[in-house]
Amino acid sequence: MIRVKNYVRAASLEEAYQLNQKRTNVVLGGMLWLKMGKRSVQTVIDLSGLGLDQIEEDEEKFIIGAMCSLRELEVNHSLNSCYDGVIKESLQHIVGVQFRNCATIGGSIFGRFGFSDILTCLLTLDTYVELYQGGLVSLHDFIKLPRDNDILVRIIIRKDRRSAVYQSFRRTRTDFPILASAASFTEDKLYLSFGARPMKAEVLEINRSDLADINTEEDFKNFARDTAKKFKYGSNMRGSAEYREHLAAVSICRALKALEEVSYGN
Amino acid sequence: MVIKMWLNGKLIEDVIDADTLLLDFVRKHGCYSVKRGCETANCGLCTVLLDEKPVLSCSVLAARAAERRVETLEGVREEAEEFGGFLADQGAEQCGFCSPGFIINVLAMSKELEAPSEDEIKAYLSGNLCRCTGYMGQLRAIKSYLDQKKAVVS
Repeated sequence: MIRVKNYVRAASLEEAYQLNQKRTNVVLGGMLWLKMGKRSVQTVIDLSGLGLDQIEEDEEKFIIGAMCSLRELEVNHSLNSCYDGVIKESLQHIVGVQFRNCATIGGSIFGRFGFSDILTCLLTLDTYVELYQGGLVSLHDFIKLPRDNDILVRIIIRKDRRSAVYQSFRRTRTDFPILASAASFTEDKLYLSFGARPMKAEVLEINRSDLADINTEEDFKNFARDTAKKFKYGSNMRGSAEYREHLAAVSICRALKALEEVSYGN
Repeated sequence: MVIKMWLNGKLIEDVIDADTLLLDFVRKHGCYSVKRGCETANCGLCTVLLDEKPVLSCSVLAARAAERRVETLEGVREEAEEFGGFLADQGAEQCGFCSPGFIINVLAMSKELEAPSEDEIKAYLSGNLCRCTGYMGQLRAIKSYLDQKKAVVS
């Protein structure tokens, strides 16, 4: 288990940021993953006194505090009435309610974990992270940045009319996914994201005009196979790279069919 | 460091280490229903209510629970006994090791969800593992418990 010398409930983001500049200190999310390590930490920095546990909404966007639990995102009506409910779908298979009451969205996203369902999902929405020093950064860019000593303050998801699908493949319910798969359609783009490959999620942007030639089941399958090949896969105890690539192609087919039902002709 | 916490309705004050887990803290204060079953935040045996929400006490720092309200099975005795009767009626329990965390989460569910479907019950309780049974007796017990509560209300 992790060992900790000091606990500080930060009184301000500035205090948290200053403390976090020291390599032996760490910001606390839900502590579920952090606890599993054997790391010795000088000071854990708790952001839970900063009011970052709210989901706010205006006409253009959702603003989600980094300390919101995954459960709060899952049961938030407004958030899940958008994006075809994919946020709930990406969260509800993670361990159990008690776990999701602890795990925070900030921890999940800042960690850029290879197994993350929600990172995979949010990559196909118009998502940004607000960093204390770095300001607003799109999630697409954020996943490419190395882990640094900045503080993730909020997650922002812009509202738009995209339709979306989330799928995960698990050997047993509540386990880590073998593959996490998310897709969304905007007016002119298709976004596909795969996580748990078992590497951190990546996203691919495809012009919808490129899909114009897909008319038959065979076209679907070829497109899915070729597109799945654009991601890298690895093997671990849950599945081989080959199996993951196969699942990716299957999930692309299913996602395209589901999205067609939701959005074609609208 | 010194913290204060409402544990089962009683204000307690104690010295803790920065990495004292809520699980070990409540056990130190006599709540032996709360157990460590897995060490990987998966089994649900250590479930307690933190400000009325079920959480895994194996993964919450006691320091983070300072100034907040924590309830364990010991603090909800009456309700736990009532639901325990339904479990017994169905012969649902075998070794009983997982029951405390399970019962706490059932009570949390019955407050949070209104007339949950079977799928909703299963989803809510998927983080409570039982290694003896196939959960069928528990599911019957929950349904008759919820039915009875509904009958009492209406």
